[in-house]
Amino acid sequence: MTYVVVGAGPSGVIAAESLRKSDPEGEIILIGDEPEPPYSRMAIPYFLVGNIEDHGTHLRKTKDHYEALGITYVQDRVSRVSPADHSLTLASGGTQSYSKLLIATGASPIKPPIEGLGLPGVHHCWTLEDARNIIELAHDGAHVVLVGAGFIGCIILESLVKRGVNLTVVEADDRMVPRMMNQKAGGMIKQWCLEKGVNVETSTRVTKLEKNAKGTLNVDLDNGTQLPAHLVVIAAGVKSNTDFLEGSGIEVKEGIVVDKYLKTSVEDVYAAGDCAQGPDIAGGWSVHAIQPTCADHGQIVGKNMAGIKTPYKGSLVMNVLDTVGLISVSYGAWEGKGDGVEVLDEKNYRYMRLEFEGDKLIGALSLGRTEHVGVLRGLIQTGVALGQWKDKLKEDPQLIMEAYVATKYV
Amino acid sequence: MQKSLSIDPAKCTGCLQCELACSYDNEGVFNPSKSRIKVFNFHDQGRFVPYTCTQCDEAWCLHACPVDAISLDASTGAKIVSDQLCVGCKVCTIACPFGTINYNQSTGKVIKCDLCEGDPECAKACPTDAITFVDANWTGLEKMRAWAAKTDSSVQAGA
Amino acid sequence: MAWARKILRVNLTKGTCADEALNMDWAQKYLGQRGLATKYLTEEIDPKVDPLSPDNKMIMATGPLTGTCASTAGRYSVITKGALTGAIACSNSGGFFGNEMKNAGYDMIIFEGKSPSPVYLFVQDGSAQLLDAADYWGQSCWTTEEGIKEKHGDPLLRVASIGVSGEKGVKFACIVNDMDRAAGRSGVGTVMGSKNLKAVAIRGTLGVKVDDASRFVDAVAAGKSVLAENAVTGQGLPAFGTQVLMNVINESGALPTRNHLDAQFDGANNISAEAMAEPRASDGKPNLLTNAACFGCTIACGRVSTVERTHYTVKDRPEYHVASGGLEYEAAWALGAATGIDDLNALTFANFICNEQGLDPISFGATVGAAMELFEDGTITTKETGGIELKFGSAEALTTLVELCGKGEGFGAEIGLGSKLLCEKYGRPELSMSVKGQEFPAYDSRGIQGMGLAYATSNRGACHLRGYTVASEILGIPEKTDPLVTDGKAGLVKAFQDATAVVDSAGICVFTTFAWSMDDIAPQIDAACEGDWSVENCMAAGERIWNLERKFNLDAGFVGKDDNLPARLLKDAAKTGPAKGKTNGLDIMLPEYYAARGWTVEGIPSNETLDRVAL
Repeated sequence: MTYVVVGAGPSGVIAAESLRKSDPEGEIILIGDEPEPPYSRMAIPYFLVGNIEDHGTHLRKTKDHYEALGITYVQDRVSRVSPADHSLTLASGGTQSYSKLLIATGASPIKPPIEGLGLPGVHHCWTLEDARNIIELAHDGAHVVLVGAGFIGCIILESLVKRGVNLTVVEADDRMVPRMMNQKAGGMIKQWCLEKGVNVETSTRVTKLEKNAKGTLNVDLDNGTQLPAHLVVIAAGVKSNTDFLEGSGIEVKEGIVVDKYLKTSVEDVYAAGDCAQGPDIAGGWSVHAIQPTCADHGQIVGKNMAGIKTPYKGSLVMNVLDTVGLISVSYGAWEGKGDGVEVLDEKNYRYMRLEFEGDKLIGALSLGRTEHVGVLRGLIQTGVALGQWKDKLKEDPQLIMEAYVATKYV
Repeated sequence: MQKSLSIDPAKCTGCLQCELACSYDNEGVFNPSKSRIKVFNFHDQGRFVPYTCTQCDEAWCLHACPVDAISLDASTGAKIVSDQLCVGCKVCTIACPFGTINYNQSTGKVIKCDLCEGDPECAKACPTDAITFVDANWTGLEKMRAWAAKTDSSVQAGA
Repeated sequence: MAWARKILRVNLTKGTCADEALNMDWAQKYLGQRGLATKYLTEEIDPKVDPLSPDNKMIMATGPLTGTCASTAGRYSVITKGALTGAIACSNSGGFFGNEMKNAGYDMIIFEGKSPSPVYLFVQDGSAQLLDAADYWGQSCWTTEEGIKEKHGDPLLRVASIGVSGEKGVKFACIVNDMDRAAGRSGVGTVMGSKNLKAVAIRGTLGVKVDDASRFVDAVAAGKSVLAENAVTGQGLPAFGTQVLMNVINESGALPTRNHLDAQFDGANNISAEAMAEPRASDGKPNLLTNAACFGCTIACGRVSTVERTHYTVKDRPEYHVASGGLEYEAAWALGAATGIDDLNALTFANFICNEQGLDPISFGATVGAAMELFEDGTITTKETGGIELKFGSAEALTTLVELCGKGEGFGAEIGLGSKLLCEKYGRPELSMSVKGQEFPAYDSRGIQGMGLAYATSNRGACHLRGYTVASEILGIPEKTDPLVTDGKAGLVKAFQDATAVVDSAGICVFTTFAWSMDDIAPQIDAACEGDWSVENCMAAGERIWNLERKFNLDAGFVGKDDNLPARLLKDAAKTGPAKGKTNGLDIMLPEYYAARGWTVEGIPSNETLDRVAL
């Protein structure tokens, strides 16, 4: 039995480990295309600040971790999948056959249609290599324009502030982290950033980047202003890496479509993580490009590939963000279905919004709270009937942990 | 035999000695807000529930950690956070559905119950045996579930 | 260490909050909480000030042990000039508020002046602000506490507040924290209300450190073992609460009944700990739900009860179908025996309302008892009471009045005067069972002689918590003395008073002294605090604090003659029980006491004494 895992991000690595746990015998080959040991993009902000070095970003810290588990790590890129003969074509030229294949190729940053994107001094912040390039340019006092205030933009925002740059964030949408926060919360995060000395331009687009006489960049905005920049960081969202599957017969919509066993439309081929469109807890099929889903996918897909049938209950979208010290959390269907409640303390940057369907919690937003936030996952994922606690939560939404403990143990 | 924390809310008086012991052991200061174990007070029902990590088999926190900072202590079964490796990304805090791993803003790291290397301070400090450290086949979680099942009839108020 | 070394000074007139360093020289002499705050108060106000004027100050203070892991170390006290008494007031409360204040970085909060409009103080980790309390003014303590937590989105806030009673000047309004814990006596809530201060809300996450941590942890562990192994603190109080005393004191012939007309109550068993544990007719469950602890308390004497849902007080009021604190012995006595009422559910309900509306149940119940006597002898009629048939034993009268008094309405407002002013108003001052304007608690001093002296000399007016000789005279702690004799009581009272002053200044609960002697307490203080806190030095501090309080009262205009008891206890003998035929022998004990204290025959500390106690 030869298992091939394509992609050495968290879901690929966890899947390889899960495979080993379920099948002590089979051959496991893990293919990654970056010139580093498998690492976590989640750690990049801390690498940018200098809190950690390369090693601190690595997914596994023990030396010979993969060898010890009998996982062969190969640095290469897969250019083609041929399900008919169970083989892969590698960019380096060779082929690799498989018995079971996992595609965990993750996502890549979207390149927005901005003129001058290829100029020196313009970088994504996605790979360790990108991060090293940013460190080169983001010196104390440098002018930096961050294009995009989505999740990725916001997690590196703090790092840039800590590097002492003169930062402007430009976001096309009307608020910060629009896919994670509603108008009110996104607005509060913006206000917080402004107070921390970050310039934030929402409902604004970058129209053009060009080199100026000083060798730095001019950034044109659609509101008519022009910003000088030593560095432009593009964080305009990501999309699943599926281009190489064209012609393979593997069904791709927003991502690679998988069933509840995380199997694709093609026999013996599975997908997991940021590139997979799998079951979500609301009964739909979603790409949830977040760390907890990657981890869950990796665990479960490994078992299924090894023949231990393990259905996936569905992913719940969740995010936690630390924007220069303001911690925000979002879960599930925070947009709601018309039965929500919120409590707001604008001055102290505290906010909690809960969304219900019947007496079940389906989504939540929180700002300024760190205690027991995980219980929101518990409440949503287990679909616990809140009973009288729904009324109590409607009176005081901060009583989430009390509600959880009470419904279980009181 | 591995042991685990067993919690019997019916015996809890809400004194918070467990929180004091936990914070003192972990932080060197008496500070319930930094305790890994929390006592929830359901005043209207006259009920106190001590609550902490059950060191669950699913280990949501451990698996969600992107930098391998949470590991299994094979001798105690505890999931332990390495302060050296934790970068403070907080993913574990949203991944744990029990809400028992929390971000400590003053250190920039997450904190959770580590079973005090197999000799939990909270259990030692509890004056009523509401928290005990017992053989794992009679675990806190099972006991709490069993207790929860029989409890509706024992509480008049609202439960 | 142990002390946060910081005071928050809140000027309500100006609306300012400012930090200042704690005076550590004073801390070395007065320890903390009761002692240290009294030092601040005596230095900062004119003892003759009207308690309700802006020139009076109110101090919320913790002790050095507050917030540590010492058993019961969550206490705070409110020190001010009392609205009920005009004497020094120091009301001690448990719950969790004191610990929170220490964790927010403050040993004490000094309130001065008067806010132009209702405000509440919001404190979070070393920062403080006064916020508009318009939404809460006119609301109960319970509504206020819940409302403030909700407004700040923080269920972990600890809140101390006054009810409408405090706003409207009911003389025995208290300050309620954590829903059912109170700085109860002497009208400290009335002072708070006079300052337009509705509540104090605190969140503290800074932590508390001690001087010598390892020695402290050992001393604390030793202390906890003593509490666990003691029959009273290890078994009696957790199982039965203070209510274990109801039948004991009744059998001793020292349960003041119907405004002290009798010293035994035939309905005592119906309102006792045993009755609270008795299954009810309607649902087969007892009123008592569980016991509960204050912060850090390994005794857990607190009662949590429900009112039977079919009872007339709550049957149409589901908001009271909840569990809440009580009954404790003093409240059960005042609401029950003092009024001749043995309806346990009515007492439990009345106690709920006292907590909800911020009334001291002792002064409230005792004043209702006095009013009942006024009614029964025809001094007042339904014309004055607004139609209430105010007879001894009438539960309906009690439960009606508690709600009226809580809102300061109707005849409830007259009850809110306290028994002294009420009885004076109707020309019968001798019917007020009080000392220095404060009503007696639950021990008849004809049956427990030492308590007569303890009441007469208590610096805050009649009180059991200034020198609880009941421990010795009834329970045999630390050794049994005869409750019916006066011999040796002067020395006993002095020793209890001084020791209690230390306990109240340290941040721990006086109930520990059922088991702990100063030999158990001093090592905990000594390890936690800088300085030498040997047993001798602790007792010296206790005596110093007692004399400081005394001096304040003398400067406020009290004289030796105010160390007195109502004529009923001195002249009318107990009619039944072991004390039958007895009156209180205060005339014998008082001169002995003055001598033991080193005071003149007029009750004034001599210069030598002041020197000796370093005042």
